Amino acid sequence: MSRIQVSCTVNGDSVDFLCDADGSLLNALRDELGLTGIKEGCGTGDCGACSILMDDELNCACLIFAPEATGTTITTVEGLADGDHLTPLQECFLEGAALQCGICTPGFLVAATALLQHNPNPTETEIRYALAGNLCRCTGYDKIVRAVREAAAQMREASA
Amino acid sequence: MTIAEDPATTSPGYKWVGTRMIRPDGFEKVTGRARFGADIKLNGMLYGHVLRSPHAHATIVSIDTSEAEKMAGVRAVITGADFPDPSGPAGDQDLQRNVIAREKALYEGHTIAAVAAQTRAQAKAAAEAIKVVYEVLPHVMSVDEAMAPGAPLLHPKLMTKGVDPAPTEPSNVASRAVYQGGDLDLGFAESDVVVEGTFTTKPVHQGYIEPHAAVADTTPNGRTTLWCSSQGHFTMRSLSAKVLGWEPSKLKVIPAEIGGGFGGKTTIYLEPLAVRLSQKAGRPVKLVMSRDEVFRATGPASGTKIVGKLGFKNDGTMVAGELWMAYEAGAFAGSPAGAGSMTALAPYTVPNFLIEGFDVVVNKPKVAAYRAPGAPMSSFAVESLIDEAAKKLGIDPIDIRLKNAVTEGCTATYGPKFPRIGFVETLEAIKNHPNYQIPLGPNQGRGVASGFWFNAGLNSSATVHVNEDGNVIVVTGSPDIGGSRASMALMAAEEFGIDAARIQPVVGDTESVGYNDQTGGSRTTLATGAAVIEACRKVIADLRGRAAKQWDVALEKVEWVDGQAQHVEGTQPPLSLADLARGWNRTGGPLTASAALNARGVGSAFSTQVVDLEIDPDTGHVTVLRYLTAQDAGRAIHPSYVEGQLQGGVVQGIGWALNEEYIFDRNGKMENPGFLDYRIPVASDMPMIDTIVVEVPNPGHPYGVRGVGEVGIVPPLAAVANAVDDAVSRRIRDLPLSPVRILDAILNKDS
Repeated sequence: MSRIQVSCTVNGDSVDFLCDADGSLLNALRDELGLTGIKEGCGTGDCGACSILMDDELNCACLIFAPEATGTTITTVEGLADGDHLTPLQECFLEGAALQCGICTPGFLVAATALLQHNPNPTETEIRYALAGNLCRCTGYDKIVRAVREAAAQMREASA
Repeated sequence: MTIAEDPATTSPGYKWVGTRMIRPDGFEKVTGRARFGADIKLNGMLYGHVLRSPHAHATIVSIDTSEAEKMAGVRAVITGADFPDPSGPAGDQDLQRNVIAREKALYEGHTIAAVAAQTRAQAKAAAEAIKVVYEVLPHVMSVDEAMAPGAPLLHPKLMTKGVDPAPTEPSNVASRAVYQGGDLDLGFAESDVVVEGTFTTKPVHQGYIEPHAAVADTTPNGRTTLWCSSQGHFTMRSLSAKVLGWEPSKLKVIPAEIGGGFGGKTTIYLEPLAVRLSQKAGRPVKLVMSRDEVFRATGPASGTKIVGKLGFKNDGTMVAGELWMAYEAGAFAGSPAGAGSMTALAPYTVPNFLIEGFDVVVNKPKVAAYRAPGAPMSSFAVESLIDEAAKKLGIDPIDIRLKNAVTEGCTATYGPKFPRIGFVETLEAIKNHPNYQIPLGPNQGRGVASGFWFNAGLNSSATVHVNEDGNVIVVTGSPDIGGSRASMALMAAEEFGIDAARIQPVVGDTESVGYNDQTGGSRTTLATGAAVIEACRKVIADLRGRAAKQWDVALEKVEWVDGQAQHVEGTQPPLSLADLARGWNRTGGPLTASAALNARGVGSAFSTQVVDLEIDPDTGHVTVLRYLTAQDAGRAIHPSYVEGQLQGGVVQGIGWALNEEYIFDRNGKMENPGFLDYRIPVASDMPMIDTIVVEVPNPGHPYGVRGVGEVGIVPPLAAVANAVDDAVSRRIRDLPLSPVRILDAILNKDS
């Protein structure tokens, strides 16, 4: 089977990669572009560890065929920080100990970024439902929800 | 004097211990830089795929790999015949047979063969082209089926241990553990109230989000490097070596970051397969499980059946306890029936008791440790019965536990005397918390339960280096699953009296630091922490000597205060860590020390929890309204990560209580091997977990640390069941408390 060339924008870079027609975007981003911050926890869209922003929409990279990325703009966890300047969400996850093992953290950060883009002042319930597609087995979610709430407050203050 | 006996260090007033530093590995973990098992990629690397048994129990008549070997991209195919015949003690033989099946497949998902090829798709296609002829055998899927007379046998030579006289016929019962004391008949005769019932729990999976992964690279001269995510790379080395028939030293294991374990990553599955494939192909090989494989072939925790009976006096004193408990081991012996038996009544001072625990093999994946292994199930039975007794006697559920709670000096039902413990303190913390007084509405209920776990000590090593700039590297061999690098840095900072940011904690590979047992048993902060402290103290003693030499004074004239050597009479300007490091050419060379120990002074852990929930009477759905946990941590080195352990354990326990279970069809195949159908709690299911860290210092540790990782999962099963009973007056003794089960109970069909 001949491979398909895909051109898209990932974390601000114009990139090209080759993929199989039935290959997942998750494998393409990890294997072809080396973006291993995106994790595979299930491969069936149930755990959110491979959350990415594709044209500003939150998606599971495991559910997207790699050729579908053609012409899109993708943000992964690697594209959130500006060099060593972390985003408020990343800072609040660290300050609030909102990660233990850290395998789900990239997905949570991307999903929470999507939430705060759409809703800068979410309630606790809104945070919990927005993150319900991301599984964390370590924290029980308490510190994650608090970190997102705190980051939202900091971002509102900064933009006020 | 060992580190744990130094009384000078047990006083509080710490500068770093008890603070909440940003974890040293944090930046990597929030930016996607941290490398977990599946992230390792080597030049020329092949991808592997494992062929697994579709049958719960079958004789393997033949395996034909000839077609698969000829397929495009295929570089190696292995079966059980590529490994040495199982030998050694029974446990080793079980390990060897669990990694790859020999004569029989013993559960659906049991490894039959594996392939390495240039691409994943090629490896998968080749694995599917392997022709296996099976002769399907009858299977047993529960302890009742497995223990029935004439049951199909998994292992034709398995003789029950712990029975007198020894049996003459094989069975599916691997062993019987017994703990007894006093006079049971007398105890029940003295009882004013007797409560009894039969309780069942289903197998549940640890549910770590990172599937198992291993990458092996074997060079033609036989040196092998293995990258894997595990709870202990030294253990992966020794277990893999057993299966490969090698000396452990032939293997170097490099720990990847680990994406959750909870006990489930304390044994091997893929590691020896990756090594053998790599050896055969002459190339590096990566094996990664799918989530489906994780469910079918790893973990889980035992399903159980427990028959319990407790007797109480009218004032709430527990005078008799009898428990018969059978734990599913999965396909090979080794369930935590023993630990379940030891922990069941350990929190209480019951004088007359008999506890029997049976380890029973069934055609399911071999169970693995899961947070306080064995304790949640036996505690579910005991804490449910205590709740029933409290209701019958009209005693508050905290008060009945206070009445019977073990304290320092009490003899545990499993034998030893308790040193200083904090059980009563957890009960009082709950009782005094405002949550415990909040009025409840219709269909709402409150449930209380407590739990106990031993905690472990085991073996740890650490090496401490001072760099030439006066900063410090701390190398241990304990994988960091939940912030242990931070706790190591804090303890080292406390010892040296320098900023914790100047400590670089490192998890070294099997050739870079002395042997370390696994990150498990709630042992890392206690045991590896003790090794770090001891190594730091050796370096500090050396530093004092260097200063004495430089000043030409006696050693007693030098003390170590706030990161510098000071002359006790102040006659010399102090020498900082950096000053002494800069001068090491003149004083004896680089500054480094190691420590290795069997950790003693393990402090046991207790937790008490209360949950408020509401039941929808039309659907049976449970909403957890609020949850409060109080657990004795001894001393919280990094309080945030201690809280995290407490909260995470609680939510896993809530999942166990409400949702989670393995579901098998009548052929013994798992029907829900994915996160859609095996539903672990999600953020919208949970409230905040109100958390009280009780600190009753452990006299066995320099800073008073007790392990905190496990006991939190023990109480939720009964706490939730007790709250359901409180809400709708239905005592349900079978988990999970799914909506259909609760609705059935409400409609009186099932209770």
